[in-house]
Amino acid sequence: MTVEIRMPALSPAMEEGRLARWFVREGDAVEEGDVIAEIETDKATLEFEAVAAGRLGRILVPEGTEAVKVDTPIAELHGLEAPAPAAPASAPTPATPKPAARNRPRSRAGVHLEPGWPADLHRDVLTVREALRAALAAEMGADETVFVLGEEVAKDEGAYRVTHGLRERFGAARVIDTPVTEAGFTGMAVGAAFAGMRPVVEVMNMSFALQAMDQIVNSAAKTHYMSGGAVTCPLVLRGPNGAMGRGGAQHAQCFAAWFAHVPGLKVVYPYAASDAGGLLRAAIRDPNPVIFLENERLYGRSFEVPALDDHVVEIGRARVWRQGSDVTLVGYGPAMGAVLEAADALEADGIEAEVIDLRSLRPIDADTVIESVRTTHRCVVVEEGWPQGGIGDHVAATVSAAAFDWLDAPVARVTGADVPMPYAEGLEAAALPVAAQVVEAARRVAYR
Amino acid sequence: MAARDGGEGDPGADRVALYRDMLLIRRFEEKAGQLYGMGLIGGFCHLCIGQEAVVTGMEAAARAGDHRITSYRSHGHMLAAGLDPRAIMAELLGRETGASRGRGGSMHVFDPERRFWGGHGIVGAQVPIGAGLALAEKMRGTNNATFIYFGDAAADQGQVAETYALAARLSLPVVFVIENNSYPPGTGLSAAKGPQLIDRAKAYGLPVRTVDGMDVLAVRDLAEEIVLPVRAGKGPVAVEAKTYRYRGHSMADPAKYRTRAEASRVRETRDPIDTLRARLLETGHADADRLRAIDREVKEAVNAAAEAARGDSEPAVETLDRHVYAEAAS
Repeated sequence: MTVEIRMPALSPAMEEGRLARWFVREGDAVEEGDVIAEIETDKATLEFEAVAAGRLGRILVPEGTEAVKVDTPIAELHGLEAPAPAAPASAPTPATPKPAARNRPRSRAGVHLEPGWPADLHRDVLTVREALRAALAAEMGADETVFVLGEEVAKDEGAYRVTHGLRERFGAARVIDTPVTEAGFTGMAVGAAFAGMRPVVEVMNMSFALQAMDQIVNSAAKTHYMSGGAVTCPLVLRGPNGAMGRGGAQHAQCFAAWFAHVPGLKVVYPYAASDAGGLLRAAIRDPNPVIFLENERLYGRSFEVPALDDHVVEIGRARVWRQGSDVTLVGYGPAMGAVLEAADALEADGIEAEVIDLRSLRPIDADTVIESVRTTHRCVVVEEGWPQGGIGDHVAATVSAAAFDWLDAPVARVTGADVPMPYAEGLEAAALPVAAQVVEAARRVAYR
Repeated sequence: MAARDGGEGDPGADRVALYRDMLLIRRFEEKAGQLYGMGLIGGFCHLCIGQEAVVTGMEAAARAGDHRITSYRSHGHMLAAGLDPRAIMAELLGRETGASRGRGGSMHVFDPERRFWGGHGIVGAQVPIGAGLALAEKMRGTNNATFIYFGDAAADQGQVAETYALAARLSLPVVFVIENNSYPPGTGLSAAKGPQLIDRAKAYGLPVRTVDGMDVLAVRDLAEEIVLPVRAGKGPVAVEAKTYRYRGHSMADPAKYRTRAEASRVRETRDPIDTLRARLLETGHADADRLRAIDREVKEAVNAAAEAARGDSEPAVETLDRHVYAEAAS
């Protein structure tokens, strides 16, 4: 019996990796558990073990191959009971990427096309991770008061490799590894910001920022007010927030609405790489504390990014991904995946959705949403966080107050489930909003 | 402040300046207590009567460029950092002319120009913030020191331990000052188990010292000594000053955890101002007339500050949402 060895997913968010090295050759006998290959992602290097004993057949992907999609067959393994067939088997199976229809518009190997940009705008294709890294490097290069601190950001170049290369380029004095002391190093960043520096704090996970919530809320957010405007706190606190792929309740919850509750903070949660980079540059330049939310599932996703030296996205402005006249879909962060997919599905059914990506949650661009609802008369708000006191509640209240006479249906919400994030695969999927729910909500408010 | 006001190399003038500084804190706090009792100061009001020697002695070793940050028991630290008593009193009274325009109150006064960074109401939260002030100086390559003040209650907070670790690892120019006034809120310290406060800093590798916090000259001498290696880039140090708070934790605290006799005994035998006064007379650095004149001047200054502040306006209600966000400098 011959089985295909497939490119493994070595982390929940991994989509592709480099097949760095084969430790076995065609025809070698392997035991279960033998390390047969080395695989690199931009996050880590990992050894890949054989899951069964046998004899290695043909190697389908040679070592050194970049960007091998998860689940691509990379070799054949012949079972011990059956000798290797002498004749060549069927032609190598073409790479079959994981179903990736989630997010459109797509082209060029899964890259998001950015709508509304001039045709002659030169674009690069970057992952969210690369866009964040480039933004950090650009701002550090432009302003020597900008520095990065957090756990594993320097020597290990970031738990998610966002700070890769920064220590080498800017030195250990500006890329600072801290002990695991979230309250301590966040408070330290607050003090440095008071004294005129521009710290960028990386928290390994936004759930860990809860350890520092007192410094974020009571110190960073309030001091400008409490001092009658005398003290400023130009601080950025960034890191992955929300569901990551089976991270469990203490690593995978969305706290966007918590942060957005607090006057004195600015809060952004970008989806596309261009917004991630552009908003990070704006956040670093902002004289106020900015909570910059990222998401593990988005780090490796590729988008078009304007090839501009100074691509800055203003905080507080929503982005309209597509225009439509039948219903307004409002989302932010990774939930935009479900929103954009739903808009495609609705289009196929003849319902034209206007898609608004809030990007900024404080300040929130109510004008863009209200303007849209006055045209479409219907509104669905989508988020991965909890329902009670969520951003959806705020948008629904705002729209109801400002556009009540234009509404043909109550504002609908699609949110994460009102439960701690579960671990089991099926439960976790059920706890997160998906396109089908967005479609259903849109149909409900459109009475179609 | 004393060192800056006093004549360089004139020990008599320096000591008289220390006396004046401590007396200003004492009279200011007494006035604040009085205004609180009259219902003019609201909310919380933490007085430091009895503890004047600690911050006065430490500030004598500070110089332009140094930072300081402290807890909610902060009026003395504001005065010692050179803030205008009227601006502080106006803040306590919630006036627009207050140091924080009436938005902060007793616990939240800031003065970036004098590098006084609050005034923090969350027990211990100022400690990591202070490390950040020091980090900024280290990154800029100066030899400015940061004085982080906190009480014996804050010394139990986890983020103080975190800050020892951060400051030690990053070799930050910090002087940690534990103002051990013997009574964390609502309890006697004798109830606490575990290592002595200063030994905790020692466990992180910090050089540590203890000092009689009722003796301003001892505090000053120690401060001048220990700040030198800090300025020289040799990393943080920690001091525990044993002092005594005459009043309750806040105005709302009846201080039932100790006897009136104990407080009176400390006041009679160890009062920092009386002790220095006796020493000045004994050494001839000042005579009784001179000290009486200082007493009168300080009292008048405090009264004038309080009267002026009482006459000031409260912030206009239309300004409620001002100062939530800073505008970008264009």
